[in-house]
Amino acid sequence: MTVQSTPVARRTPVTRLRWALADGLVLVGREFSRLRQEPGSLIAALIFPAVMVLLFGYVFGSAIQVPGGGDYRAFLMPGLFAMVTASSVVAVIERVAGDVSRGLMNRFRSMPMSRVAVPFGHTASDLVGGLLSIAIMAVAGLLVGWRASDGLLNALAGFGLLVLMRYALSWVGCFFGLKVPNEQMAQQLTLLVMPVTVLSNAFVPTDGLPGWLRFIAEWNPLSALTAACRELFGNPGTVAGSHAWPVDHPVAATVLWSVGLLVVFVPLSVRSFQRKNR
Amino acid sequence: MAEPIVLAEGLHKHFGEVHALRGLDLAVPAGTVCGVLGPNGAGKTTAVNILSTLMDPDAGHARIAGLDVVRQADRVRSVIGLTGQYAAVDEKLTGRGNLRMFGRLHHLPRRQVIQRADELLERFDLMEAADRQVRGYSGGMRRRLDLVASLIVRPQVLFLDEPTTGLDPRSRGEIWDCVRELVADGTTVLLTTQYLDEADHLADDIAVVDGGRVIAEGTPDGLKSMIGDRFDVVVEDPGLLSQAAAVLHRLAGAEPTETGENSLSVPSANGAVRVAELVRELDRAGVAVADVSLRRPTLDEVFLRLTDRSAPTDTETDGDAPAGARAADRLKDHA
Repeated sequence: MTVQSTPVARRTPVTRLRWALADGLVLVGREFSRLRQEPGSLIAALIFPAVMVLLFGYVFGSAIQVPGGGDYRAFLMPGLFAMVTASSVVAVIERVAGDVSRGLMNRFRSMPMSRVAVPFGHTASDLVGGLLSIAIMAVAGLLVGWRASDGLLNALAGFGLLVLMRYALSWVGCFFGLKVPNEQMAQQLTLLVMPVTVLSNAFVPTDGLPGWLRFIAEWNPLSALTAACRELFGNPGTVAGSHAWPVDHPVAATVLWSVGLLVVFVPLSVRSFQRKNR
Repeated sequence: MAEPIVLAEGLHKHFGEVHALRGLDLAVPAGTVCGVLGPNGAGKTTAVNILSTLMDPDAGHARIAGLDVVRQADRVRSVIGLTGQYAAVDEKLTGRGNLRMFGRLHHLPRRQVIQRADELLERFDLMEAADRQVRGYSGGMRRRLDLVASLIVRPQVLFLDEPTTGLDPRSRGEIWDCVRELVADGTTVLLTTQYLDEADHLADDIAVVDGGRVIAEGTPDGLKSMIGDRFDVVVEDPGLLSQAAAVLHRLAGAEPTETGENSLSVPSANGAVRVAELVRELDRAGVAVADVSLRRPTLDEVFLRLTDRSAPTDTETDGDAPAGARAADRLKDHA
């Protein structure tokens, strides 16, 4: 055998950062290899957003009145974008918990790789699928008549917010994925995501909800995201006045929520991965 | 004398109320295989986790190739390989894909990674399955891939935590062959196992761990000598087994164990009893003997003797009584 151990380089902050980036990219590359190995599950995952558009658009669309008038499917699309964004939590919990239970995390921990690369790699990997599903959903939306009618810049800003929130939520998933004792528990946790999505302004206007429920729904970060998308895409359902602050200032609220989640969950996840005495 | 390549001194580790390690000492000379044996919960995996930098000890210290596992953990990681109890590979990737990923994470240049992955797949007989998803591998192939993944950069010390648990005998033999090849290349191996024949086949030295510390160590042969050779006696009439047992007890000074409906086993008391004498005494007692043989104890017998949970001094509450002292007492009893 000719291969020798990596000579241990002097660890300056710059080399550390370089290793962290390189190792993180290897883990993102792993995601691409996985997708290439399982094209079937990739296709299934991508059909899901399109099915959602049709299902919700035509089933709910036949019954729900949009406040201030307008097409329900145009009202719905920002909500569906938010729902697909929230699924990031689930995806990352399962991904991370799977690596923990299969011993891969311990192998990573025992290797001379960057310590921060693993959580960063997992969250960045989630963006790969995340961007694809947002793109598919946008195409499906365009097919059923949804338009981003407030200019290209605003549309891009809307997608930017979706990506930002998705990334923030993936760190929430990363943290809980490291914390849950096993994969079964991870799968049970994911059941909680559905009610959180529905308890928002994503599918129905919150005006009709009982006061306390409306309060929760309006402070739900997904409501801010949905409202921000409606505003930036120029979609119906943005009603001014008499709402909670996040719904009245949705773009600022979405950025604040995302930054807040990142500030809390990035250090928590990184520390949880590096903690030795589990 | 050079410092042992793996050195642990007085390792302590507790998880809440459970004391996993209570002062574990271990020294493995470079280029040897050390088998760590112990019942479930003896602290084997905890010891491996500390030595491979996955955990920090509460007290005591350990060095791998002279590097402290706590203060120089990063450098330790570049000289060790770890293959744990699970096949820690990505099931969704191919065998080759896994090896390339781990190679990249070891910071090898891309070209070398590709070359090295192929070299290892070839050498460990995985080339045929190289481009299949690991999901479809047999248990033995997964373990082999898991082992190979620890070898991309040749480690100075390889930790194998129960590498063959749950494998069929053939796959186990294949893993053993891999380990022997590695040792021939100069890699030091620390192997935990619950299969004593595995330790017997592979290990140069064995450390028997119980209650979080090493209670006996030595070569497989040395450990067997500690409890001495044994007589196996087969009588013709199972009805006379108790008479035979009484004779053996009188001669050997120890209670024989029944190993079958007409067979007994008893320590030979280090040659104090001879076969001829034994046969004569049995004959005098009217017991017809079908077979008598003097043999080395199996490692199982050594292990059971050393870790005997039913020994009267070993109660759950006497946590502080030194397990080593207890085992030493038992050895003295049988010497």
